[in-house]
Amino acid sequence: MPITPEEVLKIANLARLQIKQDEVEQYAIDLSSIINLVEQMNAVDTKDIQPMAHPLDATQRLREDKVTENNQRDKFQAVAPSAEKGLYLVPKVIE
Amino acid sequence: MQWETVIGLEIHVQLATNSKIFSGASTAYGAEPNTQACAVDLGLPGVLPVLNKEAVRMAVMFGLAVDAKVAERSVFARKNYFYPDSPKGYQISQFELPIVEHGTLEIVLGDGERKTIGITRAHLEEDAGKSLHEEFSDSTGIDLNRCGTPLIEIVSEPDMRSAEEAVAYMKKIHSIVRYLGISDGNMQEGSFRCDANVSMRPKGQEEFGTRTETKNLNSFRFVERAIHYEIDRQIDVLENGREIVQETRLYDANKDETRSMRSKEEANDYRYFPDPDLLPVVIEPSFIEELRKQLPELPTEKITRFKQEYDLSDYDAENLVMNKETAKYFEEVVKNSNAKAKLAANWVLGDLSAVLNQDDIEINNCPVSAGMLAGLLDRIEDNTISSKIAKEIFQAMWSGEGDVDAIIEAKGLKQITDSSEIEALVEQVINDNPGQLEQYKSGKDKVFGFFVGQVMKLSKGKANPQQVNDLLKDKMK
Repeated sequence: MPITPEEVLKIANLARLQIKQDEVEQYAIDLSSIINLVEQMNAVDTKDIQPMAHPLDATQRLREDKVTENNQRDKFQAVAPSAEKGLYLVPKVIE
Repeated sequence: MQWETVIGLEIHVQLATNSKIFSGASTAYGAEPNTQACAVDLGLPGVLPVLNKEAVRMAVMFGLAVDAKVAERSVFARKNYFYPDSPKGYQISQFELPIVEHGTLEIVLGDGERKTIGITRAHLEEDAGKSLHEEFSDSTGIDLNRCGTPLIEIVSEPDMRSAEEAVAYMKKIHSIVRYLGISDGNMQEGSFRCDANVSMRPKGQEEFGTRTETKNLNSFRFVERAIHYEIDRQIDVLENGREIVQETRLYDANKDETRSMRSKEEANDYRYFPDPDLLPVVIEPSFIEELRKQLPELPTEKITRFKQEYDLSDYDAENLVMNKETAKYFEEVVKNSNAKAKLAANWVLGDLSAVLNQDDIEINNCPVSAGMLAGLLDRIEDNTISSKIAKEIFQAMWSGEGDVDAIIEAKGLKQITDSSEIEALVEQVINDNPGQLEQYKSGKDKVFGFFVGQVMKLSKGKANPQQVNDLLKDKMK
């Protein structure tokens, strides 16, 4: 199942990755070969096998519903690119 | 052409936990911006989400309440999209194996007709933060306090055929989560929000039409209006020979219209995959059974009981039970009063609901307690006051003038039931109005009402109306 250059651009856009135009072709080839490798598994009969959700054979531990975190806003905002009036600032987003 | 509307709803319910779904930060509403957003909520490198037990318990309770299948094994997945109020670049949600699947819910419509709506699934996920666009001129402010607040997203089957059905379904879900105590259901604060999927198809056609999704409807009225708008808009588009574009739309309550937000092409490609930070959640059957035993009396059961125990109509029972606190208030009135349950229902759904709505007060904070209303009904029942005077006393109780007996005493509102006293009033009115008496005697029965009115007026509304009627009939023969 080959990946087309258009798909490379679409995936890059969805993942917000900037890629150079002259590299698109090579990405398409590389990604196609990865997909082909994975494709080989389609030959295996997996009818009675439960899909693996996690490589560890363990189940999720649950925590008690207690508030354990205190306010550390000043520390977090000290390393943020931009903050004002307690809010994190980002470039204007218009819907 | 005859069109049929097809509606499915996605309802987001914030769960009433103390802490976030994957972190120990508080979920309390209304805190200073970003004071309840910890490293996990911010998606800082190296943090690990750990699932909140209480959120799981609440989701299971919901599943049991709608007769759904609770998954003994469910999996969290990453839903990938970029928006500044979701700092990780993905939302932790559930995709292939949600915690709740295949439920049903019965709704009752205005004409008493019953309909069963399918619930496809309900999954656990985290809420996003909030974007504030107004605050700054060239930036958007981000408050991440809401980030990581536990949600269940309840997805219905496309089983609804009108805005009325959609609202009935939404109200029923709202009622259930409040009964279960798993959400405060506060729509103004965003604890209960709805997205409506609407499509049209020619009547009789099996296949669905192209649908639009209208986002973030945070009141029952908005859901109703947004759906009506979408139905009209879509019929208009289709009848003009154009096609519906599958897209996300936003309802603008001020303009009462929906408008396009983004096309589905880009938005729908979420590239879900199992979240490697979280292991599969396993729920023991014994835990599910334990919770099943703890289920409270739910609206449907309570409606049945109210109809049997209090001899109420479908309509009264439905409306009393809709809100858990209203049902509780009603039962307290009945318990503390000798009046008939029907009278209590009329007062709770009538005068009391009207002033609560008017003054925007929750029934738990009602200035007239259930005991006070019970006292008022007792005075109607034992004929101390008429129904009309009772309304006046109720207003006085609402304004904090005391209990029923104190107000009757202070205002001299006791009903006159002494027949000699009423007789004197009746005779006076008859003597004062010879002309009308003549008319009545010549066969104009309508004039009778005039006499009743005059006697009631003379008694300042305190004469027992039945006795006034009887005496007038007798005297004017």
